Amino acid sequence: MNRPIPRPLLLGVLATLAVIAAIASLLFGAVDLSLVRLFAAATGDGDRTASIILFDLRLPRALLALAVGAILGLAGAALQGYLRNPLAEPSVLGTSNAAALGAVAALYFGLAQVHPAVLPLLAIGCALLSLGLLFLLTGDAESPLTLILAGLAVATLAGAGISLALNLSPNPFAAMEIMTWLLGSLENRSFDHLWIALPCIVVGGALLLWNGRALDALTLGEDAAQALGTDLKRTRLRLLLGTAIGVGGAVSVAGAIGFVGLIVPHLIRPLTDRSPSAILLPSAIGGAALLTLADLGVRLIPTTSELKLGVVTAFLGVPVFLLHLMRERRLW
Amino acid sequence: MVMIVAQQVGVTLGRRSVLHDVDAAFAPGTLTAIVGPNGAGKSTLARALLALVPICGHVRIDGADVAAMPRAELARRVAYVPQGQTLHWPLSVERLVGLGRLPHLAPMSRISAADTAAIEGAMTRADVLDLRDRIATELSGGERARALFARALAVEAPALIVDEPLASLDPGHQIDVMDLLRAEAAAGGTVIAVLHDLTLAARYCDRLLLIDKGRVVADGEPAAVLTADRLRAVYGIEARVETGGAWPTITTLGRSGR
Repeated sequence: MNRPIPRPLLLGVLATLAVIAAIASLLFGAVDLSLVRLFAAATGDGDRTASIILFDLRLPRALLALAVGAILGLAGAALQGYLRNPLAEPSVLGTSNAAALGAVAALYFGLAQVHPAVLPLLAIGCALLSLGLLFLLTGDAESPLTLILAGLAVATLAGAGISLALNLSPNPFAAMEIMTWLLGSLENRSFDHLWIALPCIVVGGALLLWNGRALDALTLGEDAAQALGTDLKRTRLRLLLGTAIGVGGAVSVAGAIGFVGLIVPHLIRPLTDRSPSAILLPSAIGGAALLTLADLGVRLIPTTSELKLGVVTAFLGVPVFLLHLMRERRLW
Repeated sequence: MVMIVAQQVGVTLGRRSVLHDVDAAFAPGTLTAIVGPNGAGKSTLARALLALVPICGHVRIDGADVAAMPRAELARRVAYVPQGQTLHWPLSVERLVGLGRLPHLAPMSRISAADTAAIEGAMTRADVLDLRDRIATELSGGERARALFARALAVEAPALIVDEPLASLDPGHQIDVMDLLRAEAAAGGTVIAVLHDLTLAARYCDRLLLIDKGRVVADGEPAAVLTADRLRAVYGIEARVETGGAWPTITTLGRSGR
C-alpha cells in the first residue's frame, strides 16, 4: 500500500499551492501586472491603474475564490464522510439549489437592482429555509438514506422553482441573466460580496470541521459510532447547519459551482490515511487552491466571451466519475 | 470491573414488540453467551444494554442508569462489536484499531502515549500486529474479525459486548476468537457474546442466557440450560446432548415434528 504523506507536509504543500494560485490570480488577467507593479500597488505607492485592478477587481475575486473553494471542498469532504458515500457532494442536501433559487427570485423580480446585497441575502435566506424543510422531512430518522432522499426532494423542488422562473421569464434577456448567473462566476465581485459571504463561510466551516472524530467513528456504522461515544443527533445538526450556512453563503455570491466538493476530497484522500477526519482540512485548502486555479483558467483560456467558472469545474468533474467507473470495472 | 444489570427490559421496534420483561445480570469475570433462535431478540438485547434502542425498564451499569449516562461515559465502560460490522472506508488496520480510542480523546487533543500503548496492546492480544499496515477492507474474513476485535479491545473498557463474532469464521478462527473472549473474562472483564454455536457456547461460556420470542427462557450454567427438551421447545430440533465430557456437546439430529 502507499503510505500517507505526513499531515504537516500535506497541509504545507497545499497551503503553498493555494498562495501561489492566489498570487497568480492577482497577476494575470485581461491586463497582466508585473510582480513589481503588484507589490508597489499593494504597498500604496503604485500607479492608479494598478491599484484599481488590484483592490477593486482582482483582490476581492481572489479572496472569494479561496473562500468559496475552501467551503465547497470542506463540505464535500464532510458530507462524503457523513453519508459514507464517495459520490456525495455539497449539493446532495439541496441547499445549493435552494440558494440558487433565492438568487434567481431576486433576479426574476428585479430585486437584485435595488441593492447589490439583496441577491446574496435572499440566497442565504432560501438556503436556511431549505434546511428547515430538510429537518421537517427527515424527522428523527438517523439513516443517511433518509437524508439523501429528503435532500433530493428539496433539491428537486428548488430546481423546479428555477425552471419555473426561466419558463415564465418576461423576455429572453431576463432568462439569459438568470442562466448566466446559474453557471457560476466570480467576475466583477467586490469586497461587498466578500463581506456577505465570508462570515457564512467561516461559521459553516467551523461547524463542519468540528465533526472530524464523529465522522471517523461513523466509518464503523451508526451503532458502533454511538457505542464509541458519538452523539449522532448533534453531529447531524452541526453538519446540516454547517453545510447550509457555508455553502449557502458561497452560492449566494458565486452561483452554483458544482463538482469542487466532489473532486477535491477524491484528490486528497489517497494522500492521507483515508479516515474522514484526515481529509477535512486538506480538502478545504485544496478546494481553495483548485477554485482559484480554475478561476485563473477562466480568465486565461482565450474565448470570445468569458468562460463561466461552473462550466470549467463541471469539465473537471468528469474524470472523477470515469476513474470510479474504471475502478469498478477493474480496468485501473 | 463493572456489573451490568437489566431490569424488566422491554423493547418495541416500530409496532413490533421485540423484548419483554428481560431480567439479567452480567458479572465481572464471567463470559456469558446470549443464545436463541433467529429473531428471538438476541441482538436487540445486546443493543438495549448499550442504550442503542429505546427501552422501557432499566439497564444499570454499576447502579447507574445507561439511559441517563452521557454517551462518551458509556463508551468508556462498554466496548461493542455489532453484528456484521461494516467498514466504510479503506483504513489501515492500525488506524482502524485506533478508532477504539475515540471515547478517551478530549476535543482537539492529540493521541497520547497511553493511547498508543492501548492500540499496541490491543493489536498484540488480537494477534494483528503483522497486519497493521494492511488495508482492513482487503483482509480475509478471519483477519478482519480479529482486526475488528482489536478495535473493541483498544477501548480498554471493563465490559465487552460482541454480536455474533463467529459468523463467517472457520473452526480454527472460531476457537481463536472464543479464546480471546475467555481471556478477557479471565482478566476481570464482563464479557457478553451473542452466539449461535451451542457447543462452542457451552464449552467456553460460564453462563448461557437462552432467549425465545423476546423472553428469557433459561439462564444458568450451560449444562443446566441446554437440555434436549428445551432445544425441542425453543429451536424445534431433536438433538442429542452429551454431558459426560468436560463440556456438553450438542448434536442436531433433525427437525422435531411440530
